[in-house]
Amino acid sequence: MTAVAEPRATPRSSAFVRIRGWLRNPWGKPRFLVLITWAYILWSIVPVLIAVQFSFNATRSRTVWDSFSTRWYWGDPVDSVWHDPTLRHALVQSFKLAGADVLIAVPLGVLLALGLARWHGRGSGVSNFIMLFPLVTPEIVMGVSLLLVFTQLFTFIHTGTFAQILGHVTFSISFVVVIVRARLFSIGRQYEEAAADLGASPFVALTRVLLPLLTPAIVASAAVVFAISADDFVISQWLSKGGPTDTVPIQIYAATRAAPLPSVNAIATIMMVSTLLIVTAGFLTWRLFTRGERRTGTAAEDFGGAFNIS
Amino acid sequence: MYRRWLWPSFAFPGVLWLVLLFVVPFYAVLGVAFGTVDPILFQPVPIWNPLNWNVGWLTEVINRLAPGGIWFDVGIRTIVYVALSLGLSLLIGYPVAYYTARHAGRWKGVILVLIILPLWISYMMRMLAWVNLLQADGYVNRFLIFTHVLSQPRDWLGGSASTVIFALVYGYIPFLILPLFASLDRIDRSHLEAARDLGASRWSAFRTVTLPLSKTGILGGAVLITLPMFGDYYTPNIVSSSPTTSMIGNQIDLYFHGGPQPTIGAALTIVLAAFLTILMLYYMWSIHRAQREVGAVGAL
Repeated sequence: MTAVAEPRATPRSSAFVRIRGWLRNPWGKPRFLVLITWAYILWSIVPVLIAVQFSFNATRSRTVWDSFSTRWYWGDPVDSVWHDPTLRHALVQSFKLAGADVLIAVPLGVLLALGLARWHGRGSGVSNFIMLFPLVTPEIVMGVSLLLVFTQLFTFIHTGTFAQILGHVTFSISFVVVIVRARLFSIGRQYEEAAADLGASPFVALTRVLLPLLTPAIVASAAVVFAISADDFVISQWLSKGGPTDTVPIQIYAATRAAPLPSVNAIATIMMVSTLLIVTAGFLTWRLFTRGERRTGTAAEDFGGAFNIS
Repeated sequence: MYRRWLWPSFAFPGVLWLVLLFVVPFYAVLGVAFGTVDPILFQPVPIWNPLNWNVGWLTEVINRLAPGGIWFDVGIRTIVYVALSLGLSLLIGYPVAYYTARHAGRWKGVILVLIILPLWISYMMRMLAWVNLLQADGYVNRFLIFTHVLSQPRDWLGGSASTVIFALVYGYIPFLILPLFASLDRIDRSHLEAARDLGASRWSAFRTVTLPLSKTGILGGAVLITLPMFGDYYTPNIVSSSPTTSMIGNQIDLYFHGGPQPTIGAALTIVLAAFLTILMLYYMWSIHRAQREVGAVGAL
C-alpha cells in the first residue's frame, strides 16, 4: 500500500514546496496569479467567440462546425436574420429603443447631474437619494412596478414600444448622472469662475465653457446608455406586448429555450458588434477630448470606471 | 454668478421623471399587493389609501415562504445559489483583480480592457454562448469525452443546480471584478512596503494590510452582484428551465407571465424588495464601519 502511495506523493509535495516557495519569495512573480488571470480572461471571452463562429456555420447546427457561410445573416431565404421577420423586427426594435433612450436619457441626465452637483437647497438631498435608487434596484422589481403602474394607474399608457422607452429611460438616467457628475467634480468650478471674471454671462459660461468641458462625459454616457439599453432584457420583456415589440435579447431568450438555429447566433453577433463599435467610438472620443489632462489612471480605467457605479 | 433657481430647475425634469416612473410605480406595487382581488374576474383591485390596506396577501406570501410553506424550498434555494455564486465569484475574481492591480505591469491596460469587455457584451449573448457549448453534442461534452472524464454526454441543461450556479457566476462576475480592482488599485504601496520592512511575511502583509484595505471593494462588488442575482429569473430559465432549480425571481415571473394572480406576485415582490433593503442597509453599515477602521489604520 505505502509502496504504491509514495511515488504519487512525491511530485505532489514538491509542487506544494514550490508553491510555498513562490509565496515566501518576497520579490518573485506570483505565477499562479498570472495563470488564474489569463484563464479567467479566456474563459470569459472564448465562449462568446465560439458563438460568433457558429453564426457563420453553413449547416443548421450550432454545435458541429461545417464550413463558413453568411447563410444565417442574409443567404437563407426563410430563416436568415434578413429574411425572418421576427428577427428583423427584433433588431429594429432594439435599435429603436436604444436610440430613443439615448436621445431622452442623456439630456435629462446631464441636466440632473448639473442640478444635483450644484444645488444644495431644500430637496436636493431627497433628489440625490431618489437618483441613486434605480442603480441598486433589481430589474425584476422595476419591471413589476412599471408593468403594474401602466396596467393599474397610468392606464392611458399601454405596454409596447412607448412603455418600453419610458422604462429604458428610467433605468438609464442614473448612469448618465453618475458619469457626468464624476466629470463635473474633476473639472471643478475654476473655469466657469474665470469665464465670469472675464465678463461672460451665466448663459455663456454654461454653454461656451462648461458644456465643451463636459463633452467627453456626455459622449461616454451616450455610449453607455446605448449599451445598457441594447443589453436590457428584463424591462423590455415586462413591458413588451409581444410580436414586433420583442427585442433581440427577448428573441435570444425565447430561442435558447426552443430549438434555435444559428440565425440566433447571427443576430446576437450583429447586436454585439454594433454595441462594441459604439462603445469603442465613445472611448476614443473620451480619450481624444481628455488628452493632455492630468489623469489618475489610464484612459481605459477612467472609462471603465464610468461604468463601475459602486 | 448663477441665479438661485437655476440648478433646481435643471434637476427638475429628471427628478420629476424618476418620481413619476420610479417612485409612483413602486407605490403601485404596494397598492396592488395590499389590495384585493375581484372574485369573478380574478383581476387585482388596488387600494391606494394606506389606511385601508389589506395585509392578507402579504401574510399569505410570508406563510408560503416560512418553514413548511410551499415556497420555503425556493427561498432557501435562492439564498444558497446566490451565496455559492458570490463565494465562487470572489474566489475567482479576487486573484484576477489583485493580479491586475498589483502585478500586471505593462500588461495592465490590455488586461483591464479584456476584463471590461464582457460588460459590453449582452448578457443574453453570453448565456447563448454557454447554451451552445453545453448541448448534448456541444464542445464541453465532446471535450470531456475526448479526455475520458465522461464516458457519455451529460445533460447539463436539464435542471442541474451546478449549471445554474456556474451560469450565475459567469454572468455576474465582471461586475464584481471591476470594483475589486478599483479598491485594490487605490491601495498605497507604501503601506505594504512598511509591513514588509517591519518583518511581515507576504501572506501576513496581505492578510493585515491588503485585505482590510480592499474590504470596501469586496463589499461593494458583492452588493453589486447579489442584488440582481436575487431578482434573477432568466438565468435559471435559460440554462435549466426546470422547477427543481427555480428561484424567487422565477416565482414572481410565473405569477405575472403565467399565472392569473398578479396580486400574489406583487406581494412577493414587496417581500423581496424588503429583504434586499435589509441587505443594503447592512452593506451601508459595514461600509461605514470598514471606512472607520481604515481611517484608524491611516491615522497610525
